[in-house]
Amino acid sequence: MNYPLSPAASRRPIAALRFVRAHFSLILGASIVGFWLVIAVIGPMLAPYSPGQVVDLDVFSPASRQFPLGSDYLGRDVLSRVLVAARFTVGISLMATLIAAMTGIFCGLAAASGGWLDAVLSKLFDTINAVPSLMFGLVVIASLGASSAVLTGTLALVYTPGAFRTARALALNVTALDFVTVARARGEGIGYIVLCEILPNVIRPIAADFGLRFVFVTLLLSGLSFLGLGVQPPNADLGSLVRENIAGLSFGSSAVLVPAVAIASLTIGMNLLIDAASGTPRAGGSR
Amino acid sequence: MPDRWLLALVARRIGGALLTLFLVSLAVFSISLLMGGDAAEAILGQSATPEALAGLRAAMHLDQPAYLRYLEWARDLLGGDMGTSLITGMPVSATVLPRLASSLQLAGLTALVSVPLALALGILAAVRRGSLLDRAISMATIAVVSVPEFLIATIAVLIFAVTLHWLPALSSGRTIETPLDLVRTFAMPVMTLACVVVAQMIRMTRAAVCDALDSSYVEAARLKGVSPARLVLRHALPNAVGPIANAIALSLSVLLGGVIVIEVIFNYPGVARLMVDAVSTRDLPMIQTVAMIFSAAYLLLVTAADIVAILSNPRLRHR
Amino acid sequence: MSAPLVRLSGLEICATGADGAARAIVHDIGFDLQPGEVLALIGESGSGKTTIALSLLGYARRGCRISKGVIEVAGHRLDQYAEPQLRGVRGRVVTYVAQSAAAAFNPMLTIMEQVIEPALIHGLMRRGEAQDKARALFRALALPDPDGVGDRYPHQVSGGQLQRLMAAMALITDPALVIFDEPTTALDVTTQIEVLKAFKAVVRELGTTAVYVSHDLAVVAQIADRICVLRQGAIQEIGAVGQILFAPGHGYSQALVTAAAPRPPAQALPERARGQGEAPLLALRKVVAGYGRVDAQDNPQVRILDDVSFQIDRGRILGVIGESGSGKSTLARAIAGLHAPASGYLTLDGLALPRTIKERSRDQLRRVQMVFQNADTALNPAVSIAESIGRPLTFFHGLRGREKRAEVARLLDLVKMPASLMTRRPGELSGGQKQRVNLARALAARPDLLLCDEVTSALDPVVAEAVLDLLVELRGELGLAFLFITHDIGIVRAIADDVMVLYGGVPVELAKREALGTGAHHPYARLLMDSVPELRPGWLEETPAGTTQQDRRPFDGDAACRFFARCTAGRVSACQTVVPPLQALEDRSIACHLELEALLAGARR
Repeated sequence: MNYPLSPAASRRPIAALRFVRAHFSLILGASIVGFWLVIAVIGPMLAPYSPGQVVDLDVFSPASRQFPLGSDYLGRDVLSRVLVAARFTVGISLMATLIAAMTGIFCGLAAASGGWLDAVLSKLFDTINAVPSLMFGLVVIASLGASSAVLTGTLALVYTPGAFRTARALALNVTALDFVTVARARGEGIGYIVLCEILPNVIRPIAADFGLRFVFVTLLLSGLSFLGLGVQPPNADLGSLVRENIAGLSFGSSAVLVPAVAIASLTIGMNLLIDAASGTPRAGGSR
Repeated sequence: MPDRWLLALVARRIGGALLTLFLVSLAVFSISLLMGGDAAEAILGQSATPEALAGLRAAMHLDQPAYLRYLEWARDLLGGDMGTSLITGMPVSATVLPRLASSLQLAGLTALVSVPLALALGILAAVRRGSLLDRAISMATIAVVSVPEFLIATIAVLIFAVTLHWLPALSSGRTIETPLDLVRTFAMPVMTLACVVVAQMIRMTRAAVCDALDSSYVEAARLKGVSPARLVLRHALPNAVGPIANAIALSLSVLLGGVIVIEVIFNYPGVARLMVDAVSTRDLPMIQTVAMIFSAAYLLLVTAADIVAILSNPRLRHR
Repeated sequence: MSAPLVRLSGLEICATGADGAARAIVHDIGFDLQPGEVLALIGESGSGKTTIALSLLGYARRGCRISKGVIEVAGHRLDQYAEPQLRGVRGRVVTYVAQSAAAAFNPMLTIMEQVIEPALIHGLMRRGEAQDKARALFRALALPDPDGVGDRYPHQVSGGQLQRLMAAMALITDPALVIFDEPTTALDVTTQIEVLKAFKAVVRELGTTAVYVSHDLAVVAQIADRICVLRQGAIQEIGAVGQILFAPGHGYSQALVTAAAPRPPAQALPERARGQGEAPLLALRKVVAGYGRVDAQDNPQVRILDDVSFQIDRGRILGVIGESGSGKSTLARAIAGLHAPASGYLTLDGLALPRTIKERSRDQLRRVQMVFQNADTALNPAVSIAESIGRPLTFFHGLRGREKRAEVARLLDLVKMPASLMTRRPGELSGGQKQRVNLARALAARPDLLLCDEVTSALDPVVAEAVLDLLVELRGELGLAFLFITHDIGIVRAIADDVMVLYGGVPVELAKREALGTGAHHPYARLLMDSVPELRPGWLEETPAGTTQQDRRPFDGDAACRFFARCTAGRVSACQTVVPPLQALEDRSIACHLELEALLAGARR
C-alpha cells in the first residue's frame, strides 16, 4: 500500500527549489561579489609567489601545476598578480564609491530641504557633471600624479553628482509623504527625521545606486589603468594586468584573459545583485 | 501657436545651460591652473635664463592675476581664438578642428547605428515584458554594460582582425574611396562604441515605455480594442518621448567624451586621443579647448533633449 | 422574456501571488442581464467588483487570469475568444468608462482624437461622421462648448467634464454593453450630480445596457435597475434596487444599507457654559494663507484661505466641509503649524499660538495633533506599530521601556485593536486598522485638539462607520475637541456640533448642527446639501440641476463673492464688487449679500 508523502515533507524541497529559482540571479550575484570582496581582503595572503618576482623562465606559459594560471609577459606568476591586483581594483573602487555615495547622500538630503542650498548644490553638481569625467580624471592625474589616493579622490568626485541626484530625488519623494509631515508637525529635529523616517525607506534604492556606481567606478578605473594612467607600476590593478599582457591576447594567454574575466565577473555580479535586489530592472543612468 | 510662456520656459532652459557652461569654463580654467608647471618654462625648457622666462611670461600675460587671464582667455574663446599650442606652436584650432571632424564622423556613424537599434530593442523588450526575449535582452545589456570597453575592443580586434583577417586592426592612415573602405575602416570602432551606448539606451527606453504601458490611458486604449502596434506607437510612445530623448542625449554625450579607450586601441585620430596627448605633454591651451568642446557638446545634447521633452508635452504647449 | 444580452456563469478569476502560486480572487460569479437593463456591482475595495466588470470585456489585469466560466455578451463567447477576436469586441460591443477619466485619457492626444478612436479602429464610421456623432453625444451629455471641447487636451478640461467625455467615447460605437467603473467616485458631490444626471439621461435615451460598478449605494439607487452585492470575490445577493435597499436579505447587504443610511446624530456633550474670562480652546482671527510672494499688506499671491475666523471650545466637534480646492486641508495645516499664515492670528486657550512649528513650544505642539486622510502614507512603512505609537510617548512624555509598552497597549485597546499587532508593520494591516493606529499615535500625545483631515474618506463604508463611532466615543471619554474636515455632509450632520462651510478659502456659512437643512442657508451650502444623493430611487429626478450647462470655474477671481460664477440664487450688483457681509442669525451666520428672504426662498424650492 502506498502512503502519500506528508504534504509538508513533499513541499519543503520544492519551496527551497522555488526560492533558488526565484532568486537565482540574487544568489549568483551575491556569491560573485562576495567572492571578490573576500579575495580583496585575504587575496595577497594566498598568493603563492611574490607578485613582482620573475619566477618562470618562459613567458606567457600556460597553466601548470607550478603556476595554476600560467605566467605573464615577464614570467611572473599570474595567480599571485591577480590576487594582489584584485585588492587594488576592489579597494580603490569601493573607497571611491563610498566617498561619492556619502558626499552625494549628504548633499542630496540637504538639498531636498529646498531653498537656496538646493539651487547652489544642484548647479554645482550639474557643472561637475558637464565636465567629461575621463578628461577630468586625466587632468587631475596628470597634475597630481596617479597615486592611489589621487585616483580614489578623482573617481569619487566624478561619481558624486550621480549619487547626489539619486539621493535628492529619493528624499524629495519620501519627504512628500505624510509620515514625514507627521514627524515635522510633532516638532522632531532634522536628525531624527532623516535617520529614522527617511533613511529606512530609501535604503534599498540607495544601495542599488551604490552598486551601480561601484560598477561605473570599476570600469573607469580599469579603463584608466588600461591606458597606463591608472595604478602605476610596480603596483597593478586588474586593468593594468590586461594592459601589460595585451600581447598575449592573440594566442589566448591566461595572463590577459584572467584579469579581463575578473573585471567582467565583478561588474556583472554586482549588476545581477542590483537587479535582483531592486526587483525591477533599473532605469539606467549616465555612465 | 507657441505662446510666450512656452518661449520663456525654453529660454530659461537655454539660459540655465549657458550658466552651466560659464561655470564649467571657470572649472576648466582652474583645473588647468592646478596642473601647475609654468607654460613659459614648458616652452623654453629648464635651461632657460630667468630673464628669458620673465620676458616670455610677460608676453604671455602669465604675470597677470588669474582672473584677468581668465577674462582674456574667455574673450578669445568666444571670438573663436583657441590659443596656440605650447608644444607645436601651431594654433590650437588647426589641430583640433580636423580631429573634431573625424570624432564627429565616428560619433555620427555610431549614433546612426545604435539609436535605431536601441529604440527597437528597448521597445520590443517593453512590449514583450517578462518574455524570454525580454530576459535575453536584459541579460545581454547587463553583460555589455558590465564589460569594460577596452575588453570589447580588444576581443573584436582579436576575432575580426587577427583571427579572421576581415578588418584592419587600425583605423587611421587609410584613405576612404569606396563604401567598402568606409565599412572596413569604421566597422570595428563603431561596433565597439555601439555596444557601449546601446545597452544604456535600451534599458532607459524599456523603462520609459514600460511606464507608459502601465498607465491607465493605455489600459483604456486596450479596452477600446486598439491593436498592440497602435497601442505602442500612438498611445505609449508619445508619452515616452521625453525620457527617451534624455537617454539618447546622455548616450551620445558618452560617445563624444568617453571614447578615449576606443580611439587609442584603434588608433583613431579623434579629439579624445588629442586630449590624452595634450595631458601627457601638459599642453594647456589644447587641454582647455578640448575640455570646453566636450562640455559644450554635452550641454548642447542634454538641453536639446530637455527642449524636446518640453515641446512634446501638450501640458506645457497648451496651458 | 427575451434572451439575456449578457450571460455570466461560473466565473473564476485567479491572481498570481508573490510566491508564484495562483489563487482565486473571484469565485463562481453568475448573472444575466436583459437588454436595456442596468446592473450595479456593489462592494468594498477588494470585493472583486472591478475585476468582474473587466471580465465582461474579456480582460484581466496584469497578474490575473480568467480561469473558469462562461462570459457571453451579445452572442460573443468572450471566454473562448483569442486576443484578436477580443479586440474586435472591445470598444465596439462592450465599452468601458474608467474610474478616473483624468488618468484614462492620454495626455498627449486631443480629446476628439480619443473619443472617435473606437469608431475609427473598428471601421464603423468615417472621421467626419464620427466627429459629428461625438459632438452630438457631447451635447446629449450636457457638456459645455460641445463643438470646441474636442479640440482641447485632457489637462485643459475639468474632471467632471472628462468623465462625461469618457462616456461619450464609450457610447460612440453604439455598444451592446457599457461598463461604468466607479465613474463619479473621484468627483465632488456638486459635480457628481451633474455627471449622474447626464449619464442617466443618455442611458435612458439610448436604451443602453450597462454594468455600473460602485461602492456607493445611494448613487447606485439612482441609476441601476438591479443590484448585485459582492464581498471577497463572491456574490452575496442579487435583487431589484427596491428590494436590496428596503428589504435586504443577506446579512452583509443589511450592513451595507445601514452604513449608507444617514447616521443618527451623535449625542453632543452637554454644552458647558464657558466660565467668566475663559478663552475658547482654539480661535482663529482673520487668518489668510496662501502661496507665492507676500505683498506689503501681507497678502500672498495665491490666497488659499481668505479671512478665516472661528473658534472651537473644549469637547466640541467642528465639522469643516467643502469641495476639493476649498482650502480645508490648508486650514488644518495652518493650525498644525505646517503652513504659516501670511496674516491673522491663532490662539490656544487664549494665548497666542505661534505660526510655525519652530516657534511653538513642545507643549503647544503636543496639545494640537493631526490625523491624516491617507493612513497608507501617514504611517512609516519601515517602522513597527509599537514604534510609531511609542515615539510621541517618548517625545512628549519621556516614556521608555516597559512603561512605554504598557501605554502603547492601552492606546491600541482604546482604538479597539489587539495589542498583539504591536510588532507588525503597517503593510500587514488593513486600511481600517491603519487608520486606528494613526489615531492612536495622535492620542499618544494626549492632545486637547485633534485635527482630522478626511480620516474616513479612504475607507470602505462599513469600516468608516466603525471609525466614526470610535471618534465619537473618544470625544466622550477624553473630552477632546475635534476639527473634523470632510467633503461628506452626511458625516458632519452625524457627528459635528458646529459646522463651517468653506468655499474658495472663505467660510461662507457657520452654523449649529441642528440648523442644517432648515431655514436660510448660503446658496453654496444649499447646493452642497441638495447634491448628496439620498438612499432611494427617484431622488435624482426630483433634484434640480445645480449648475449644469455652465462652464464653471472653481471660483471667480474677479468677483468679490467667490461663489459668484456658480451662484443660481439670484445675484445682486454688489456680489461682484463688495465682499459679502456676514449676516448673523440666531444659530448661524451666512456670508452673502442676499436678503434673508431670498436665502429662505432657496429652502422652499
